Amino acid sequence: MCAMKILDPTDEREPIRRQLTPRPEHLTGTVGFLDISKPRGNVLLDRLEVLFTERLPNVEVRRYAKPTFTKPAPEDLRRKIAEECGFVIEALAD
Amino acid sequence: MTTSTTLKPFTLADAGGAEYRFPRGRLALLCFVKEDCPTCRLSMPLLEAAHRGFGDMVDVWAIGQDTLGNAVLVEQYGLTVPVLDDDALGVSFAYDLDTVPSVFLVDGDGNTLRSFIGFGRDDWSELIDELATMTGLAVPLVDWEEYPESRPGCGSRSVEPVISERLVAEAAGSPLRARKIEIASGDDEHEFLFDQGLTDGLPAVPPTPERVLRMLSGTKRDAQEVVAIVPPNLAPATVEKVAINAVMAGCKAEYLPVVLAAVEAMCTDEFNIHGVSATTMGASPAMIVNGPIRERIGMNSGLGALGAGNRANATIGRAIRFVLRNVGGAKSGGTERSTLASPIKFTLAFAEWEERSPWNPYHVDHGFDPEDSVVTLFAATAGPTLVVDQTSTSARQMGGSIGLVMETLAHPRARGSQDTLLVLCPEHLDTITRDGWTKQQLLDRIQEVTSRPLRELMPDEDSGVGIRPEQFGPDGPTEEQLNQLMPKFANTDNIHLVVAGSDAGKFTSVFQGWSSGPRGSMVVSRKIEEA
Repeated sequence: MCAMKILDPTDEREPIRRQLTPRPEHLTGTVGFLDISKPRGNVLLDRLEVLFTERLPNVEVRRYAKPTFTKPAPEDLRRKIAEECGFVIEALAD
Repeated sequence: MTTSTTLKPFTLADAGGAEYRFPRGRLALLCFVKEDCPTCRLSMPLLEAAHRGFGDMVDVWAIGQDTLGNAVLVEQYGLTVPVLDDDALGVSFAYDLDTVPSVFLVDGDGNTLRSFIGFGRDDWSELIDELATMTGLAVPLVDWEEYPESRPGCGSRSVEPVISERLVAEAAGSPLRARKIEIASGDDEHEFLFDQGLTDGLPAVPPTPERVLRMLSGTKRDAQEVVAIVPPNLAPATVEKVAINAVMAGCKAEYLPVVLAAVEAMCTDEFNIHGVSATTMGASPAMIVNGPIRERIGMNSGLGALGAGNRANATIGRAIRFVLRNVGGAKSGGTERSTLASPIKFTLAFAEWEERSPWNPYHVDHGFDPEDSVVTLFAATAGPTLVVDQTSTSARQMGGSIGLVMETLAHPRARGSQDTLLVLCPEHLDTITRDGWTKQQLLDRIQEVTSRPLRELMPDEDSGVGIRPEQFGPDGPTEEQLNQLMPKFANTDNIHLVVAGSDAGKFTSVFQGWSSGPRGSMVVSRKIEEA
C-alpha cells in the first residue's frame, strides 16, 4: 500500500510531522523494556537488563510485553508504560 | 508518420533494477504498452522480434505502464526485450501519451524518425524494413498473415481521470506549492488529521494533491495569489491554501469562488475576525449568499435552510472555519476563547430565497446588481432563536412579535450595541406583505415595538444589567431623559433581513450579533467572482 500524500492546510510555520522527544544526556529513574513478542526479543532484553544492572545500578528496569507483535500495543499498556517510565526500550527484531 | 520531434530524456529501470538511460547516442525503438490492452499484447511478439533481430545495434525497449502487468507480459510472451517500468507514469505523462501502444523510432539524439499509435501491420513491417536498412542486418522472419491489418490502441494509463490529476499535480509545472505531508501507509489518514489538530472535531476529507488540483479548477485565479491575511497569526491565505481547506471541508470545485469571496470578507478590518474568534462571547460568521450562484451550486434557501443536509450550505460555511483554524491558527483554547461557543462554530451558510419575496434581496439593498452573486458575513453569537407566531393576522402584529422576541437578544435591556440577522420565513412574510408593507416599514415597526423609556432599561433589584445612570453625569438622568424612548437597535440598518425557509410553517428566526460598529464587527458583503 502506498503512503498517502496530502497538502499542508496550515501556514506552514510549525513542523507537522511528529517530532522525536528531546534526548536527555543522562539516564535516570525507570526504564521500561518492551518486548513486542517477536521470537527472541526476550533474549535481547534479558542481556540488556544484565548490562543495565551492572552499569546503571540506580536505574530501575521494568519489563513489559505486547500480547502480539502483529497489532499496536493496547491502550492500557501504553498508558501504564507512560505512567511508570521515563524511558522505553523496545525490542523489535526476531 | 509524424514530423520529427525531440523526445525528452529519461531514466527508467527494468524489473531487475537495471537502469536504462535515454537517449544513448544510438538508434532506439521505444514502445509504450500496458498489459490489459489487447493491441499492446498483439504488438509484443513484433517488438520481441525487433529486439532479437536488431538489438545489437538498436535499443529496442518496451516501456510498460504497470509493474505487475509488465511481469505478466514478460512471462506470457517469453520476452527478452527489456521491459522498463513506468508504473509511476512519469515518462508516459512527459511524452503526453493518449494511446498505447505508442511506438517511436528515434535517432541517437532522441529525434523521432517514425512514430505511430495503435497497431498497423504496414506500420510495423515498414518499421522493421527500415531498421534492416539502417543497420544492414537481416529482416527477422515474421508471418505477417497472422496479423490483422490494423487495430486501435487503448487509452494510456497516464490519461485515466484520477491518475492524470495526480501526474499534473506532481509535474514540474504544477500550480501546487504547499508543503507535502506523507502519511505513512500504516497510519489512518483520518486519525492523522485529528492528531495534527487540523479538523474541527469532525472527519475531514484528506487534501491530496489530486483533490486540491480539482478544487482549483473552480477558479481562474492564480493558485499563489494571496486572497487575504488571516488573523490571528496574520498568515497569508493563497488561493491554493483556501482550496486545500475547501477540500477538507468537503466542498465541490464550483463552491470555491464563494469560499474565496467569504475569506476576503472575513479578513477585512470591518469584519474583525480576530475579535470575532477571540471573544469569550463566542461569535462566528453566519454566511448569506445572494444572486445567481445560489442556484448554480445548489445552495438551500428553502426547507431546512439553516440546518443539515445540503452539501453546499454545510461545506462552504465549514471551509471558511477551516481557513481560519488552519491558516489563521484560531483554535479553541488558543486565541479562540469562547465561554461556551455554539454550533455556528462548525458551519453556518445559507442562501436567500430571493424569488419568494416581493422585496429587494439583501444584496440589492446594499448596492449590488441583482445579477451579482454576493456573499455576506454576519458575526453571530447565538441563534437561530425562533419567533413562534401562528396567530397574528396583520403586518403590525407580525412586526410586533418579531420585535418582542428580538428585544430579548443578549438581554431585554440591551440597547443599541448589536446588529441582528433576521431570517423571515415565507408565511410570516406573506402576513406582512398582504398589508402592503415595505421592508422598511417592518424594520421601523421592530424599532417601535421595542422602544422603552430609559427608566425601564436601568439596572435594578431584578437584574444588574441596564443602562447605567452615571452615563448621564454625576446627577444621573433628568426626568425628561428617563422618559425618553430607546429602541432595541441603534438604527434600522442594524437589522439585516433576509427571506428563507419552507413555505409551510410560521417560524421566523433571529440571530444575535456581537458588538457592532467599528469597535466590534460590521456586516461585510463581497461580490463573488465566478470562474
